[in-house]
Amino acid sequence: MSEMLNTLEQTALSEYKYGWVTDIEADEAPPGLSEDIVRFISAKKNEPEWMLEWRLKAFRHWVKMTEPTWSNVHYPKIDYQSIKYYSAPKQKVTVNSLDEIDPELRATFEKLGISLDEQKRLSGVAVDAVIDSVSIATTFKTQLAELGIIFCSMSEAIKEHPELIKKWLGSVVPMTDNYFTALNSAVFSDGSFCYIPKGVKSPMELSTYFRINAENTGQFERTLIVAEESSYVSYLEGCTAPMRDENQLHAAVVEIVALDNAEVKYSTVQNWYPGNKEGKGGIYNFVTKRGLCAGVNSKISWTQVETGSAVTWKYPSVILKGDNSQGEFYSVAVTNNYQQADTGSKMMHIGKNTRSRIVSKGISAGFSQNSYRGLVQVGKNAINARNFSQCDSLLLGDKCGAHTFPYIEVKNSTAQVEHEATTSKIGEDQIFYCNQRGLDTETAVALIINGFAKEVMNQLPMEFAVEAQKLLAISLEGSVG
Amino acid sequence: MLSIKNLQARIEEKEILRGINLDIKPGEVHAIMGPNGSGKSTLASVLAGRADYEVTGGSVEFLGKDLLELSPEDRAREGLFLAFQYPIEIPGVSTTNFIKTAVNEVRKYRGEEPMDAVGFLKLMKERMKLVNIDQSLLSRSLNEGFSGGEKKRNEIFQMAMLEPRLAILDETDSGLDIDALRIVAEGVNKLKSKDNATLVITHYQRLLDYIVPDYVHILYKGRIVKTGGKELALELEERGYDFIKEELGEEVEA
Repeated sequence: MSEMLNTLEQTALSEYKYGWVTDIEADEAPPGLSEDIVRFISAKKNEPEWMLEWRLKAFRHWVKMTEPTWSNVHYPKIDYQSIKYYSAPKQKVTVNSLDEIDPELRATFEKLGISLDEQKRLSGVAVDAVIDSVSIATTFKTQLAELGIIFCSMSEAIKEHPELIKKWLGSVVPMTDNYFTALNSAVFSDGSFCYIPKGVKSPMELSTYFRINAENTGQFERTLIVAEESSYVSYLEGCTAPMRDENQLHAAVVEIVALDNAEVKYSTVQNWYPGNKEGKGGIYNFVTKRGLCAGVNSKISWTQVETGSAVTWKYPSVILKGDNSQGEFYSVAVTNNYQQADTGSKMMHIGKNTRSRIVSKGISAGFSQNSYRGLVQVGKNAINARNFSQCDSLLLGDKCGAHTFPYIEVKNSTAQVEHEATTSKIGEDQIFYCNQRGLDTETAVALIINGFAKEVMNQLPMEFAVEAQKLLAISLEGSVG
Repeated sequence: MLSIKNLQARIEEKEILRGINLDIKPGEVHAIMGPNGSGKSTLASVLAGRADYEVTGGSVEFLGKDLLELSPEDRAREGLFLAFQYPIEIPGVSTTNFIKTAVNEVRKYRGEEPMDAVGFLKLMKERMKLVNIDQSLLSRSLNEGFSGGEKKRNEIFQMAMLEPRLAILDETDSGLDIDALRIVAEGVNKLKSKDNATLVITHYQRLLDYIVPDYVHILYKGRIVKTGGKELALELEERGYDFIKEELGEEVEA
C-alpha cells in the first residue's frame, strides 16, 4: 500500500500548461477598495452617473457585510485592501479589425489555441475576448446585429443600451445577494452582455474567453444574458489563466433571464490556475451564477466543466418561476493536489409543472476535497414540480475526499423529488484490464474519467467537448500510480 | 515464442508458482489444467504483468524479449493477450471506443498510423462475425450489465481485433452454457494460425473438446507435474485430480 501512496505523492499534476504572463503595460488602480476606487473605476470606464450610483450603493452595502464561512473550503483570510480592483490593457482606440490588435495579445490567443482568425474563418463562433477585464475584440457583431442580437462587452452595453441594462442588471442576482455579489456589483470590471430579441434563434454559439492577465489583479466579471420571448441562445464561456505565485480573487456574477418559451444554454469550461502541487498559488473562484425562468415554458440549462482554481465556490442556480419551466445543471468538477471545490446547484420551483434535473460528477485526486452542495426547493404553489438529482463521485487514491450535501425543502405535496448518489474508486482492476489491452495508465485513467463524465460532456457543444476531454486528462495526469 | 524457465512467484508471503517450465512454439495450442488453487490463474496474471504478484525467480522470454522486464501495456503491445476469467466493467466507455483506443495504442507502439474510422469499422464488422456478437452490445458500456456469455464473447472479440501472437484464455469456459462455449471456442479456432499460439487454462476438460490442444500440462501446487497429449485431459476427466496425487505418491484426502 505504501508503495502506491508514494507513487501518488511523487507523480503529482503536470505543470500547468497555460502558464505565462503577457507583458502589456497595464493601466491600473492602486491596491485597496474605497468609494474613491469605485469612482476611479467608473470614471476610467467613462460610465454614466446612474452606473456610478449603482456601484456606490453596492459598495456601501458590501462594507457592512461579512465573508461567508459555511462552505467546505478553507483558505487564508483575504486582505481585500491589498487587491487592485482595476487593470486594463492599454488599448487606446477601439478596433474594427483583428489586424489592429496588439500583436502580443494576439500571440496570447495563439498560445491558448484559439486564434481569432481561425475562429472567425472556420468555426462560426463569435468571440468576445476579455483580457484583463476589458473587451478588446468582438467579431461577428455585424452579422448578429442584423438579427437584432446584441453581443458586446458590458462596458459598451452600459453606454449603448442603458435602458436594457437598467432594466435587467441585478434583476436575477441582487447586488445585496451575498458578500461576493455586492463586491462584484461595486467593482465589476467588464464582462459580456447578450440580448436575444423576441422570436430570434441565435444562429451561432456565442463564446467568450476570459483570461486573468495583470499581476495581483482581482477579476470581477459581470455577465448578463437576456432571452426575450421564444428566443434561443447557446452561450459558451471558457478560460485559462497564467501561472503565478500569489492567490488571486475572482468573483464573477452571471445573470440569465428567459422569458416565455425562451431557452438559454450556458456552457463553461473553467480552468483557472489551480496552484502548484504543494497547493501554493492558484485562483480563488467565488462565483454567483443564477438564471431566472421568468416566462412560461422557458428553459435554462447550465453545463460546467470545472478543473481549475485553488478554491471554487459556485452554485449555478435556476429560479423556476414560469409555469412549465425547466432548469438543468450538468457538472463535472475535478480536483487534484490541494484543490478545494464546493459546487453544486440550486433549483427553486415556484411555478406549476416546473421540472429540474441535476447531474453532478465529482472527481477527486491527490489531497483535494470535492463537495457537491445542492438545494432543491419546492414552493407551496409549485404543483407537480419534479426534480431528479444525481451526484456521482469518483476517487483516485485515498488521500482525497468527496462530500455530498443535498438539501431538499418541499412545501407542496404533489412534488416529486428524487436524489441518487454514488461514490466509487478507479479500481486497480480497471487499470490493469486497460493495460492488458495495450493502454498505458495515463490513457486508461483518461478513458475511465471521460466515461464517468460522459453524461455531462454530451451536453457540451462538440468543439468544446473535445477541449474539455483533453482538459480532464491533463488535470489528472500522474494521479494514479 | 514463449519460453518459461523455473518461474517462481508469490502473492504477499504466499508462494504460488514454484518453478514452472514451459515452451510454446508458434502454431501450437497448449492447455493447462489443474485443481483449484494450483496456480493456473496466477500463471496467467504473472505473464500479463499484474502488479499484485511478485516474481521471485526464473525467467520468461517472449518473442526474443525478456517479458518480465516489460510493463503490462508493452507486453500487450508485443502481442500477448489475456482473456480474463472475470472481465472488468468500465461504465460510460463503449466497447467500440475501448477497442479502438487499444488497437491504435498497439499500432502506435509498432510505429504505424492510427486506423481511420472507415477501416476500423470494416475490421470490426468482419471480426464481430467470428464470435457472433451484436453491434448493439459493442455500443454499450464495456461489460456493464453483460451476461456471463456476452462478457466472454466480448473478450474473444477483443482478441480478434488485436490479433495477438500469444493468447492466454483464463478459464474462458467458466460460467458458459454449452452453446456459448461452442461459439467462443469456434471464434478461438478461427483465429488460429501458424504464427500465433494459444494457452488455454481450464479446470474442466469440456472446453478441450472444442479447442483441441497439442499439449496438456497438469499444474499442481505451483509446478507442472505431468505433460501429455490431448488424451491426458480425457484421462484426467475420467479419473479426477486424485490420480495425480496418487502418481505423486501423496496421500489422498477423503
